Amino acid sequence: MIKLEQVSRVFPGSEVPAVVDLTMTIGDGEVCVLVGPSGCGKTTTMKMINRLIDPTSGKIYVNDQDTSKIDPIALRLGIGYVIQEIGLFPHMTIAENVATVPREKGWPRDRINQRVDELMHLVGLNPGTYRNRLPADLSGGQRQRVGVARAMAADPPILLMDEPFGAVDPITRARLQNEFLRLQEQMKKTIVFVTHDIDEAIKMGDRIAVMRDGRLVQYEEPDKLLSMPADDFVATLVGRNRSIKRLHLIKVNDVVQNETPFVTPEASVDEIRSAMEERKTNTVLVVNAVNKLQGVISRAELKGVEGARAAQIAQPVQNTVEWGATLNDALAVMLNYGERYVAVVNSREELKGVITLNYLLDLVRDDAAA
Amino acid sequence: MSFWEFFITRLDRVWALTLEHAWLILVAVAIAIAVGVLVGVLITYSRPAAHGALYFCQVMMTVPSLAMLGLLLPLFGIGFTTGVIALTLYSLLPIVRNTYLGIREINPAVIEAARGMGMRELSILRRIKLPMAFSVIMAGIRTATVMVVGIGAIAYCIGAGGLGEFIFRGISQYNKDLIVIGAVCISLLAILADFLLKRTEKRLSFRS
Amino acid sequence: MRQRNRVLGWTVMPLFLLACGAFTIYYFVENPGGAMAARLLIYPNVFKLIQQHVLLVVVSSLLAIATALPLGILISRPRFRTLGLVVENVVNVAQTVPSLAVLALAFTFLGWGFNTAVFALWCYSLLPILRNTYAGIRSVSPSILEAARGMGMTPGHILGRIELPLATPIIMGGIRTAVVINVGTATLATFIAGGGLGDLIVTGIGVRRTELILAGAILSAVLAILLDHLLSQAEAEFG
Repeated sequence: MIKLEQVSRVFPGSEVPAVVDLTMTIGDGEVCVLVGPSGCGKTTTMKMINRLIDPTSGKIYVNDQDTSKIDPIALRLGIGYVIQEIGLFPHMTIAENVATVPREKGWPRDRINQRVDELMHLVGLNPGTYRNRLPADLSGGQRQRVGVARAMAADPPILLMDEPFGAVDPITRARLQNEFLRLQEQMKKTIVFVTHDIDEAIKMGDRIAVMRDGRLVQYEEPDKLLSMPADDFVATLVGRNRSIKRLHLIKVNDVVQNETPFVTPEASVDEIRSAMEERKTNTVLVVNAVNKLQGVISRAELKGVEGARAAQIAQPVQNTVEWGATLNDALAVMLNYGERYVAVVNSREELKGVITLNYLLDLVRDDAAA
Repeated sequence: MSFWEFFITRLDRVWALTLEHAWLILVAVAIAIAVGVLVGVLITYSRPAAHGALYFCQVMMTVPSLAMLGLLLPLFGIGFTTGVIALTLYSLLPIVRNTYLGIREINPAVIEAARGMGMRELSILRRIKLPMAFSVIMAGIRTATVMVVGIGAIAYCIGAGGLGEFIFRGISQYNKDLIVIGAVCISLLAILADFLLKRTEKRLSFRS
Repeated sequence: MRQRNRVLGWTVMPLFLLACGAFTIYYFVENPGGAMAARLLIYPNVFKLIQQHVLLVVVSSLLAIATALPLGILISRPRFRTLGLVVENVVNVAQTVPSLAVLALAFTFLGWGFNTAVFALWCYSLLPILRNTYAGIRSVSPSILEAARGMGMTPGHILGRIELPLATPIIMGGIRTAVVINVGTATLATFIAGGGLGDLIVTGIGVRRTELILAGAILSAVLAILLDHLLSQAEAEFG
């Protein structure tokens, strides 16, 4: 747990303090994103946690220990630190870069080598290929991965990340973010993440601290930040289309509707028709006895097929999303296939329910009204 | 007697003086590296000290070498030591300046990353700063060495020995062969030193 | 602030150095420390040596600028590209040759005297100016040149209005290096009877008279620092 108590920092020769009276708590295993325009004090705040910068006043506790009473070297060796790709040591190989902290801690050579290979696998770089390359030989995305691996070398419980995915193209960034979120799900590190990109903050953060002119404006979960911005500044920062942004946050698991109109593969055309009448829809899904999705039937396909069974008429379903996807993913699939609903299936293709366009519209409308 | 016959008869002397000259350079540059790199590293921690030290070295460099030798003579007397001191002073500037610049030019983000990960200042110096500044420092050492090979020849006139003997004897005896031997040997020594240092630098520096 | 630094640079520092020089002359002429030195340390002789020294430096430097600058421009022209590369490499090696060696070699075929010394100094100071002129012009970015050509500028205009102005700081740096080297090498001119302040130092070493050595050494050092300072001011002004 990281606790900041009324922390302020004034840089010598500057009239305006960089950080003013900041109080916040970051829980164990949480990703806390510090976000705000450049010069808002987010990076200064982060650097005060590992004492690259010392606060002018106030106290910072890491695991209930006052950091000002810990030797800064010992403190930093227990906190992973990732900065933009330029922070890699250009004269050292990838393996040497990753081994920095273990070497500093004096681990035996075998253990270091083993750990380096482990970490490179973890971040998706083949040690055989990349161990002895120099940072200059790697792509931007690969360098960021090395940066993450290097920070995790000694398995520190806390990670500080300063725009770790800042210097790569948007597609690579999205991939790195997803990979990192997947890693975090297993690692459960306490992470302080600095970014100026509000979308990245919403995607990565368990809690978001919006900063402005050295002050903490709002410290909330992403969902609350979007639905209840504390003031105009936060509202502008999160943007006009914040109800659409909220779709990023909501998982289909939480809102899937179970009252799906479906029929068995053996259903006759009459049974299919009455199912449609009953639900007032033009389509029904075909689901077998073990809940596996077999296909979809629309009203137009019922003409001239009297006597057939549902299994024979059904078309394959393409507009599905997987269990765990976000509403934004669901919307994208709808738009992609021009359908007004998506089917939610799990990894064994069992139908979990559907999400309709009307539901999404209602959600966004309610939000805008709130 | 042709030039070559003359050269052959003097071969022993040529060899002896070349070694003497090389030894003078080696001692002076070795001391200058030890002192210069240390000073260059220390002044990276204080901007005013850096400005002062670099300005001092810069002014010292403009002092003509004969004048420098003349100024040191009353203090340290005639001989090898005075020569070494003068040569060391001259080689300090390029080494101090290049060590300082080499370290200052390192991307601050790299050093901050090292500090942020908990590296101690000494290991940052040993494993990050000096290796990254290595080629710049080597360039300074090369400049210094080539320069003092030439000044070493002048140091003959304060009794420091070396290949200057051929040139000064040649001038006073109006012996052109002697002058040519001296001039060529000194030049070759300078070119050789430059070449060897360049190769050392290439071999030791990281592939970038 | 910059303005003030500039004015100070042109006035206070040069005046201070001149005062140092004047005091040195006064002190050693008044306290020559022996009959032997007293014969050399008289005002007319000291001024004559200073004059010789300055003349050696100024004449050789001007000649070097007059030859190296056009030559540097010439070899930077695209049609002499290979020649430029060759010259660059030759100059790099030639610069490792010590100045004393150049002076001595000039002596072997030109004999004693002032003119030989000027020739040697000229030869030696050609190199930094030539190298920097070439490097300065070559450092102008090709896209700037292409833009100039695209706007229809003639090669002469491109040289005069684009390449030379952009290369000026580097060329000035070369000239400064050359002049400082010349002040130093000029003290060696005494060995081939070229005159200059080296006379005092070398005679002083020969007869073991500290006053002579110090007078020559301090004056030539002051001269070198003064010229270097003035040129660095000029560099800041026009570079």
